[in-house]
Amino acid sequence: MSDMAIELRGIDKSFGLVHANKNINLTVRKGTIHGIIGENGAGKSTLMSILYGFYQADSGDILVGGNKVTIKDPNAAILSGIGMVHQHFMLVENFTVLENVMLGAEDSQILNTSISKARVELKRLEKEYALEVNPDALIEELPVGLQQRVEILKALYRKADILILDEPTGVLTPPEADHLFRILGQLKDQGKTIIFITHKLREIMAITDEVSVMRRGEMVATRKTKDTSVEELAELMVGRRVLLRVDKGEANPGAVKLAVENLTVRDSRGVTMVDNVSFTLRAGEIVGIAGVAGNGQSELLEAISGIRKAVSGTVLLNGRPIDVTGHADPGDLRSRGLAHVPEDRHHVGLVLKFDEAENGILGYHNDKRYLNGVFLDTKAIQADAEEKIRKYDIRPPNPRLKTANFSGGNQQKIVLAREMERGPDVLIIGQPTRGVDVGAIEFIHKRIIEMRDQGKAVLLVSVELDEIRALSDRIIVMFAGRVVGEREPDATEGELGLLMAGVEGRKEAAE
Amino acid sequence: MSNPYAKLPAWAEYGLIPLVNLVVAFLVAGLVVLLVGENPLKAAYHMINGAFGRGEYIGFTLYYATTFIFTGLSVAVAFHAGLFNIGSEGQAYIGGIGVALACLWLDKTMPWFVVFPLAIVGSAAFGALWAFLPGWLQAKRGSHVVITTIMFNFIASSLMVYLLTRVLKPLGSMAPQTRTFEAGGQLPKLDWLLSVFGLDVGNAPFNVSFLLALLAAFGVWVLIWRTKLGYEMRTMGFSPSAARYAGMKEARITVIVMMISGGLAGLMALNPIMGEQFRMQLDFVQGAGFVGIAVALMGRSHPAGIIPAAILFGMLYQGGAEIAFEMPSISRDMIVIIQGLVILFAGALENMFRPAIGRGFATFGRRFPVAAQRGA
Repeated sequence: MSDMAIELRGIDKSFGLVHANKNINLTVRKGTIHGIIGENGAGKSTLMSILYGFYQADSGDILVGGNKVTIKDPNAAILSGIGMVHQHFMLVENFTVLENVMLGAEDSQILNTSISKARVELKRLEKEYALEVNPDALIEELPVGLQQRVEILKALYRKADILILDEPTGVLTPPEADHLFRILGQLKDQGKTIIFITHKLREIMAITDEVSVMRRGEMVATRKTKDTSVEELAELMVGRRVLLRVDKGEANPGAVKLAVENLTVRDSRGVTMVDNVSFTLRAGEIVGIAGVAGNGQSELLEAISGIRKAVSGTVLLNGRPIDVTGHADPGDLRSRGLAHVPEDRHHVGLVLKFDEAENGILGYHNDKRYLNGVFLDTKAIQADAEEKIRKYDIRPPNPRLKTANFSGGNQQKIVLAREMERGPDVLIIGQPTRGVDVGAIEFIHKRIIEMRDQGKAVLLVSVELDEIRALSDRIIVMFAGRVVGEREPDATEGELGLLMAGVEGRKEAAE
Repeated sequence: MSNPYAKLPAWAEYGLIPLVNLVVAFLVAGLVVLLVGENPLKAAYHMINGAFGRGEYIGFTLYYATTFIFTGLSVAVAFHAGLFNIGSEGQAYIGGIGVALACLWLDKTMPWFVVFPLAIVGSAAFGALWAFLPGWLQAKRGSHVVITTIMFNFIASSLMVYLLTRVLKPLGSMAPQTRTFEAGGQLPKLDWLLSVFGLDVGNAPFNVSFLLALLAAFGVWVLIWRTKLGYEMRTMGFSPSAARYAGMKEARITVIVMMISGGLAGLMALNPIMGEQFRMQLDFVQGAGFVGIAVALMGRSHPAGIIPAAILFGMLYQGGAEIAFEMPSISRDMIVIIQGLVILFAGALENMFRPAIGRGFATFGRRFPVAAQRGA
C-alpha cells in the first residue's frame, strides 16, 4: 500500500483558448488535511472537478492509493473512495436528512429496507465521527452548518476515504467554522484524507498539514504548513509581495450624512428581510455591517439605494428624505450624492456584455458630459474611460474590451472608479472584495479609506469579518433582519461571531 | 468556467459559424429533396438560378428582401431591449391602413413623392399604435408581450377582414381589397439601380422602398449603438437588474421600444401595397412578420447581419418558387422546410458546432500560441 491518498501527474486541461490547468502535479498524503489555495480563477475548482469526474483532463494521470484510475464521472470518483462537499450544497430541501443521505445509494426499488439499513449506518457514522444530526429533520429546517454536516455524512455513507471540501466556510459564522474544523480534525484522526480548498489564508494556517498554492493554472508551490507563513503564501498566490494589513488613521466623524430610521423591507415572497433597522452614518467614517450572508444586508442596501421598495421607515440623505417606500429613483439619488457599489457586480453593477467604456457610464448616462442631445458622445465616454483606467490601474487598459473578459478584481475596479470618481457624499459598498484577487483587495481597501479621509461617509457591507474589522470605524451586526448590536472595531472576533449567530443578540433584546 | 465555450475570433464568430450552420441546413434540405426522389443538385441550381439568374429574378429577390429587412429590424429592435415581439405580422398588417389611407386620399391629385412621405408616417404610426397596447400592458400590467402580441395578430387579422369587406372595399366590388391606386399611389421601380449593373428589372416589383429599408437599417444601427435610448435598451436587454440599478425607467422604455418596433413593422406595408399591388388586399403580409423573427435571429439582431439574412430569405422565396415551377414533385412547402432548417440550425442549434470549432481553434492555438492570442 502506498501512503499517498492521491497523486496527480501532469494534469492538463483547456477550455478552448483558456488553459485552466497546466501540467499539475500534486501529492496528497494519506490521513492529512491538504489545503489548496489560490486566487479566483487560479484553477482550483477545475482541478477538483477533474478529480471528481465533472471534467476529463486533456492529459495526465490520476492515482488513488497508488493505483492509476480513470474517473469518467462522479460515480467513478465515489467508487474510488472520493467524496466531495460542494460550496453550494447539493441537498433536496424538502427531504429529511436520512432521505438525502441515501439518495442515489438505495439498495433496491423498495425503499423500506434501504431506509432501515441507512438509519443503522447513519447512527454508526454519527457516533464514530461525532456528527450528530437528527436523521428525521427536514433539510430546510436545519441551519447552514448542519446542512454542511449532512453533506459530509453523505460522502462518508458512500464510504469516502478522501473528502474534498470546496470553500466550505463561505456560508458559515465563525463559531460554525470552528466547529467544522474540529470535525475535520476528528475525520483526520480516523484516517480520512481531506482536501480543503479555500482562498482564506487564515483557515489554511489553522487546520492544514500541507498546503499547495495555485496561480494562473499552475501549481506554484507545496509547503508544510508549519514551515510557511501567511505572508509567504500570499506572495506565492499573487506572485508579488502584498500588504495584508490595512493602515488607517483615526476617523474624524462630522455631520450626519445618512440617517436610517425604522426601516422595514420585505422580499418578493413577503418575508421580512429588514426588520425595523435604524442607524446613522456620518461624514468621514466607515460603518461596517457585519452578518452572515442572507440576514438582510442585501435588502438594506437595495432599499437605501432605491432599487427595492421598503415597507415602512424613513431614510434621510443629507437631511432630505429619500422616498424609500414610494418612487425612490436611483438616478435621482446619484445626483443627490449617493453612490452605490452593489454586491453583485455581474448582474447589477455591470453589464458584462458591454465594453469597459459603456459600463463606465452606467447609471450616469443621463449626464450631459456624455451626451450630444439624444446621441451618446462616444469620444467623451472613451476619454472618460481612459482616464479612469489610468487612475485605477484597470488591466488590460483597453476601454473597448468586453467587461466579461476582465478579471474579478478589475471588474470591481471598473465599478469603483465609476462610483468613486464623482466624489459622492455617501458611498454604500456591498462585498467590495468578493471574488477579487489579493492584489486588488489591497488597492480597493486603500481607496475606501481614502474616501473616508476625504470626509465622505462610507457604509460597508461584507460577509468577510476580517474586512469589516480592518476597515470599519464602527461595526453594526445584523441577524435575521435586525440590528443585534453595535461594536467598536477592536471587538474580538468571538464577540462579533456570537452576535452574528444571533446568540448575544437574543440576550441583549431580553434585557 | 462560467462560459464553457471558447472565445472565438470575430471572423469565426460572425462569419464561419453562421456559414457552417447554413451549409448544414442546405445539406439536410438536400437530403429531403433526395427523399422526394429529385436531384438535390438540380434543385440547388434552380434555386440559385431562380433567385439570381436574371435581372428580373434579382429584382424579385430584392423585393422580398425589402419586406424582410423591415420585419427583421422590427424584431431586432425589440430583441435588444429583451422584448420578444411576435406581433410584427399584425403590426405590419395594421400599418397597411396608414398606407392605404394616404394613397386613397391623395393618389389622384399628388405625385408619388408627396404621397410616399405621408404613407411612411401613416404606416409607421398605425404599426406603432398596434404595438403600443401590448407594450403598455407589459409595462403596466406585466402581461407578457409574447402572449399579447400573438393575440394582437389575430385581432389585427379580424379587424382587417372587417375593414376590407365592409369599409375600404369599393361599392359593387366582390374582392376584399381597396380600389387600385392611381399614379400618385404607385412607387417608382428601381430599374436604374439594376441597369447600373447592366441588368433589366423586367416585371419585378423592385421599388424605392428598398432604399427606405436600407435607410431604416442605418437608423436602427444609430438608435441602438449611438443614442442614449439605445444604451438604455441594451442595458435592459442584457440585464434588467442592472437597468434598475442605473435608474432606467423600465416601463417607459418598454412602451417606446415596442412602438419603434411596431413602426418598423408597419413600414413593411409600403412595399407590397405601394410597390407591387397598388391596392391593399386581404392578407398582404403573408407571414413576413414571422420570417422577420428568423431574419433577426440569423442576422444576430445587427442591421449588418439582417440585410444579408433578409436577402437570403428573399432568395429562398424567389428561388423556391422557381424550384416548385421547374420540378413539379417539389411543392412550395419545400421552401418552408428549408426555411425551417435554416431557422433550426442558425437559431435554435446555434451552438451545435461551436464546441467543435472552439476545439479546432484551441488545437491551432496551442501550436501557434502567438497568433491565437492576437486572434482572441
